[in-house]
Amino acid sequence: MKLLALETSAETASVALLTGDRLLHREGGTPGTHARFVLGWVETLLEEGGCALAEIDGIAFSAGPGSFTGLRLAVSVAQGLAVAADLPLIAVPTLHALAFGRGDGLHLCCMDARMSEVYSQACEVRGDAVIARSEVRVGAPGDLSPPPGEPAQWQACGSGFALPATQSLHWLPTLAGIDASAAPHARDVARLGARLLDAGQTVDAALAAPLYIRDKVAQTTAERLAAGGRA
Amino acid sequence: MRRMWILGIESSCDETGLALYHDQRGLVAHAVHSQIDLHQAYGGVVPELASRDHVRRIVPLYRQVLADAGIVAADIDAVAYTAGPGLAGALLVGAAFAESVALALGRPAIPIHHLEGHLLSPLLSADPPAYPFVALLVSGGHTQLMRVSAVGEYEMLGETLDDAAGEAFDKTAKLLGLPYPGGPALAALAQQGTPGRVKLPRPMLNSGDLDFSFSGLKTAVLNAVNKGLDEAGRADLAAEFQEAVVDVLVGKSLAALRQTRLKQLVVAGGVGANRRLRERLDLELAQRKGRVFYPELALCTDNGAMIAFAGAQRLAAGLAHPADAHEIAVRPRWPLDTL
Ligand SMILES: Nc1ncnc2c1ncn2[C@@H]1O[C@H](COP(=O)(O)OP(=O)(O)O)[C@@H](O)[C@H]1O
Ligand SMILES: [Mg+2]
Repeated sequence: MKLLALETSAETASVALLTGDRLLHREGGTPGTHARFVLGWVETLLEEGGCALAEIDGIAFSAGPGSFTGLRLAVSVAQGLAVAADLPLIAVPTLHALAFGRGDGLHLCCMDARMSEVYSQACEVRGDAVIARSEVRVGAPGDLSPPPGEPAQWQACGSGFALPATQSLHWLPTLAGIDASAAPHARDVARLGARLLDAGQTVDAALAAPLYIRDKVAQTTAERLAAGGRA
Repeated sequence: MRRMWILGIESSCDETGLALYHDQRGLVAHAVHSQIDLHQAYGGVVPELASRDHVRRIVPLYRQVLADAGIVAADIDAVAYTAGPGLAGALLVGAAFAESVALALGRPAIPIHHLEGHLLSPLLSADPPAYPFVALLVSGGHTQLMRVSAVGEYEMLGETLDDAAGEAFDKTAKLLGLPYPGGPALAALAQQGTPGRVKLPRPMLNSGDLDFSFSGLKTAVLNAVNKGLDEAGRADLAAEFQEAVVDVLVGKSLAALRQTRLKQLVVAGGVGANRRLRERLDLELAQRKGRVFYPELALCTDNGAMIAFAGAQRLAAGLAHPADAHEIAVRPRWPLDTL
């Protein structure tokens, strides 16, 4: 199987190319600069892997949640490549990719969502599968729920745990460990994507969409007026 | 004979537009999705919602234009897209999609300035002007006069110092309680009124240069509204407002033609759809043995056709500048005279 994977949801961007057992990848950039690098990396990786886009079986993208602009970058690139090369897309949930990168076990994933909020989800990694153990949520870091079951079996991971408001959660020290530097990476998007592709879980380019989670982004005129504001 | 298909992609604000231009057959297919309904409840364009909608629309529109033209992806020779100016997030969707299609096909991607698209769009009509001409660009974001000598050769003659003409229409419409987008609604109300019953200024009409200012007009409207208006008064105010804007646009356009000694005027941008403006310009230019050119009505608002066309013109003139290393770069603020 040959698969291209894109991850631009967070601080560092990455692109990976999976060809059989071989995994090539590139990563780097700072927030706001991902758009300058991703396509260049796609081209280099294809060259390095000695494979044409037409030979690829699918393109996996880290679907979210994460930076809105970052998510759209990955989806738009995936859509453009997919329609031109006639390829299926695979939407990989970003927090699943984050958990998968930590290996087998129970992971409480939490990413900084800006605006004093975090995205979170409890995930179990078993072999090459990720099983969601809670819904994806967005909310105040201080409202983060402890993971289900025995806390000492869970590892905390993701940038959300670097925030003071999560660090002061009283139940956090009962977890087995914390790695706030853990971040989603395209190599994990590729591995998870390969499994989804095998299972036939692809999405047509026209229907590929970011998982924003945070959906209320503006107030209507009526809502502003009701709140005592101006039209 | 060289044959070329150019895909054009526009996503700078609240319209997703895709088109296919062929260098011999002309504009073969184009499709636009307007987000007006999406933003209506918010009283204006919400950038985040605009970006989200571009992602939803771009692939179906792409497939539609290819099907309409009866071609497949591999037939595309170049991909032109709006790289700026506009909303950063909205631009990024079109730019990322366009650069990716181009990379996948091994074809050049051509970043296009949105206003270049508008000001060349009258050249897409059946009876186009020839270079050189004066272009009056009047949209929601811009009001400027330019001398256009050739593709890529634009000299700024004058521009607005504050609000754009379309913006003035939209803000005035809001003051009169008309729905968004206000320009067409205000023009409709003006038809029922008589200009001159209320008096509004003609800002900078005799300033001696080719610059504009519309913010004072808006303030004058506000004062008139605050004095209280009945139904007929509202229509009269709308008519006078439209007349004032048209007087200034016509006066400055004629001055620009005098200064450049040109006879052809090209009008582009959403306000160019205004009927009163068209009547007045047609009349004045006919009296001076000149001519006004407008884009087809469907190409007055944002669209992919004008972007595909600008890309084709740049390609033919050797002025297409593909990004280095497939960099996806947008320029939310991008002065046209730096082209
Ligand atoms: N008939 C009309 N009369 C006056 N203004 C109009 C008319 N139709 C559209 N407009 C104005 O044109 C502008 C939209 O044009 P467009 O070229 O899409 O602008 P932009 O891309 O800068 O938003 C809006 O400000 C709208 O109110
Ligand atoms: Mg426009």
